Amino acid sequence: MEAEVAQLALMGKYIGAGLAAIGLGGAGIGVGNIAGNFLAGALRNPSAAPSQTANLFVGIAFAEALGIFSFLIALLLMFAV
Amino acid sequence: MTDVAETGFAIHPMDQFIVKRFFCDAAHADCTSNIQWYEITNVTVWMALAVLAIVALMVFGSAGRATIPSRIQSVCEMIYGFIYKMVEDVTGHDGVKYFPYVMTLFLFILFSNLLGLLPMSFTTTSHVAVTVTLALLVFLGVTILGLVKNGIGFLGMFWVSSAPLALRPVLAIIEVISYFVRPVSHSIRLAGNLMAGHAVMKVFAGFASMAVISPVAVGAVTAIYGLELLVAVVQAYVFTILTCVYLKDAVGGAHH
Repeated sequence: MEAEVAQLALMGKYIGAGLAAIGLGGAGIGVGNIAGNFLAGALRNPSAAPSQTANLFVGIAFAEALGIFSFLIALLLMFAV
Repeated sequence: MTDVAETGFAIHPMDQFIVKRFFCDAAHADCTSNIQWYEITNVTVWMALAVLAIVALMVFGSAGRATIPSRIQSVCEMIYGFIYKMVEDVTGHDGVKYFPYVMTLFLFILFSNLLGLLPMSFTTTSHVAVTVTLALLVFLGVTILGLVKNGIGFLGMFWVSSAPLALRPVLAIIEVISYFVRPVSHSIRLAGNLMAGHAVMKVFAGFASMAVISPVAVGAVTAIYGLELLVAVVQAYVFTILTCVYLKDAVGGAHH
């Protein structure tokens, strides 16, 4: 019985880690959205593009941070719990 | 390590992040447990190497002071000019006096990231303990600076005066939460990116031991290495520009 409970807990841990990693998909969508819209805007008005690269990177960083949080949860489940 | 004996194939992507005593033979002694703060570990060695590399680059780069710069001097001037322009653009004229700190942060993170890409080296910035220290110093510095410069008016930053009055308390709560999450996201972003990249590289390196897919795996490791080179520079840039954005709140005042 003890062994089954441990196995079940292990299974839950791995499933949870896999579910947490789904969050990275959202970050991927967000980063792609930002970069795609930047490119679309930059092609319409190329002269304004260089002044906005800082904003591009800040936006990407904010969007990516949330994905990294879920990745962190996955790592914690895998290696720390 | 028993996995290897049982199955003959195992990948340990996280083993590269273990802190060890540097002058220690793993065959005869336990190098990982019970490490005291004064002991020389792989973390401290690679941090010291990053600092030495920065000092060497800057000292040799600025030693000539030539009107027509040599290659190494141009590199120093380009880094300096790049960061100076960034600080000036983002924080405005008042923020320029904090340029030395921002430059120090950028160089330390950039060199730690790049040195971590050497084979058999150790990526110090992949450890949350290192990045949290950097991020907390920025957070505390910005908060104290904002309170000293703007007094209690610094708290006006949380009271969004452009929003409708009924919405402001809700926005204030969200603003306070997002303000205190800043050091978390600031540090986890850097550590997470570096750790994820290096772990992926190790996983693909592990696939190289299977004969069928080893050519693909070696190609993938090469491609990911190129990507990691980009990530190392971009993450140093992102950390620095976010420092500037946070600094702007403090020096630019709450009126925006």
